[in-house]
Amino acid sequence: MAADTGLAVSAGRGGFDARRWGAWIVSVGIWFIPLLWIDVITYMTLTIAGLTMGALLFLTASGLTLIFGLMDVLNLAHGAFFVWGAYAGFSLLNYLNTLGWVEMASLGQSMGSLVLTLLTALVVGGLLGILLEKIIIQRTYGNHLKQILITMGAALVMTEIIKVFWGPNDEVILVPAAFKDSWDLVDIVVNKFRGVAIVVGVAVFAAIQLVLQRTRLGITVRAGVENREIVQVMGYNIERIFTGVFAAGAALAAMGGVMFAIFKEQIYPGMGDETLIFALIVVIIGGMGSVAGSFLGALMVGLAFNYVAFLVPKLALGVNIMIMAVILLIRPSGLMGRK
Amino acid sequence: MSEPTLSLKDVHTYIGQHHILQGVSLDVNAGRATVLVGRNGAGKSTTLRTIMGLYPVRSGSITLDGEAIQNRKPFHIARLGIGFVPEDHAVLTTLTVEENLRLAMFKESEDGWRRMESIFRLFPDLKRFLHSKAGVLSGGQKQMLAISLALVLDHRIVLIDEPSKGLAPVVVEHLGKSLNQIKDTTTVVLVEQNFYLASQVGQDYFILDDGRVAHHGLMEDLVNDHALKRKYLGIG
Repeated sequence: MAADTGLAVSAGRGGFDARRWGAWIVSVGIWFIPLLWIDVITYMTLTIAGLTMGALLFLTASGLTLIFGLMDVLNLAHGAFFVWGAYAGFSLLNYLNTLGWVEMASLGQSMGSLVLTLLTALVVGGLLGILLEKIIIQRTYGNHLKQILITMGAALVMTEIIKVFWGPNDEVILVPAAFKDSWDLVDIVVNKFRGVAIVVGVAVFAAIQLVLQRTRLGITVRAGVENREIVQVMGYNIERIFTGVFAAGAALAAMGGVMFAIFKEQIYPGMGDETLIFALIVVIIGGMGSVAGSFLGALMVGLAFNYVAFLVPKLALGVNIMIMAVILLIRPSGLMGRK
Repeated sequence: MSEPTLSLKDVHTYIGQHHILQGVSLDVNAGRATVLVGRNGAGKSTTLRTIMGLYPVRSGSITLDGEAIQNRKPFHIARLGIGFVPEDHAVLTTLTVEENLRLAMFKESEDGWRRMESIFRLFPDLKRFLHSKAGVLSGGQKQMLAISLALVLDHRIVLIDEPSKGLAPVVVEHLGKSLNQIKDTTTVVLVEQNFYLASQVGQDYFILDDGRVAHHGLMEDLVNDHALKRKYLGIG
């Protein structure tokens, strides 16, 4: 009975579901309510900034939702993969700059250096993910407390290793020349890298959806999440599949790290901690295990942060926690999570 | 007498601290339908799950056509040619019927699709609901899908755990007919509480009691042995 109090008026299949609609009204409201107080030009500029932040957050949150939602692993080392990706990209960009491929680069060279940087982050994140899953995570399946403790420890170790190799101080990361300036679209100033970030975010979203929904690998992953035993007795090596999912999640976090670093033009060893909190909020809003939910959640968080930072700067950080709380109250499984 | 396809010798299995299988020995001959019967908790399902590698063997041996398979991983045992239908209509409810079957096919092949066609002849409902999520199927349809998942590949043996559990009598009747068709082409090991169904399908039987084989023989003999049935199965 307790669960049926309040807004619970779900009428079954095809019926009116107040909780679902309430959550969607909150989601859509975030996009348009700011127009009540902000002029259109500023609104568009803030919207593009919000979409950029959303796309970047999605890169990190998508990995977290795969690991957290699909594998049921509470991975607090996710932020460390993010930092490793950023530092790997930092070193590669410094090297490419000595070849003239970054600060003095043509459009083609800039694109090439960005693609190489993203691939490097993906490989570094993926390899670290495989190591962590094989050495540590595999021993903790089914035990959330162990997962929290051991991944927190792993995150600390990984961050300290960063300090050993790259030092504890903030560093400026180079931005490929072609992405430094801005477009002026009818008085709306759009930084070129923001455009790149949105394109990368959407492309990664489409790629993950394609793999999960349309390929045998994706079907196997979804099946393994629902019932490992059935998948095993069909002849699939579920341990290897889950190592792969963990590595993919870590690789995405690393790619998110280097994209965020280039966006901020700055890296530091503690940058993963802040992003992990945002990513957790995104995953909870979107619904654990739902990549589409994470995409939507990331956009909501990015937009709300930018609108509120403009309107009431002191509330900027808190607004996302408020959105998360409201969504959880209305729809505890998140926007697109399974009940 | 030819060598058995599947052979268990003095198998002991623990679940946690509980000593469930206490020296099970049994032989399954190729081309036969072997039924494991016994009271609840006798160790029937545990025997199947131990064969599949889902529970570790503490001691004893399991061989498939002479090759030791005890304590190998479940996916490895499946690839060696043992199909398994777990109890409780185990299907992947978030996938469509077609996705379930494609996944079970492991690697898509012409032979796999041919077998799929024969499955649709056996269970026409599955073709009708091919693009529906397996979660919307009825209990009987789910069980048909669960059995089909083990039939998509040309397994040497198929282990089926309590297929009639929770199904209406009319569905069990249909299931019995289907299992009889399956046993014509595949070696089957069936765990079944419903003695009527077990006797319809089974050719050989093993009675398990307290984690040991208490009796075994031909099913036609068990059907007529009312004292044995009363003693171990509680039916006369």
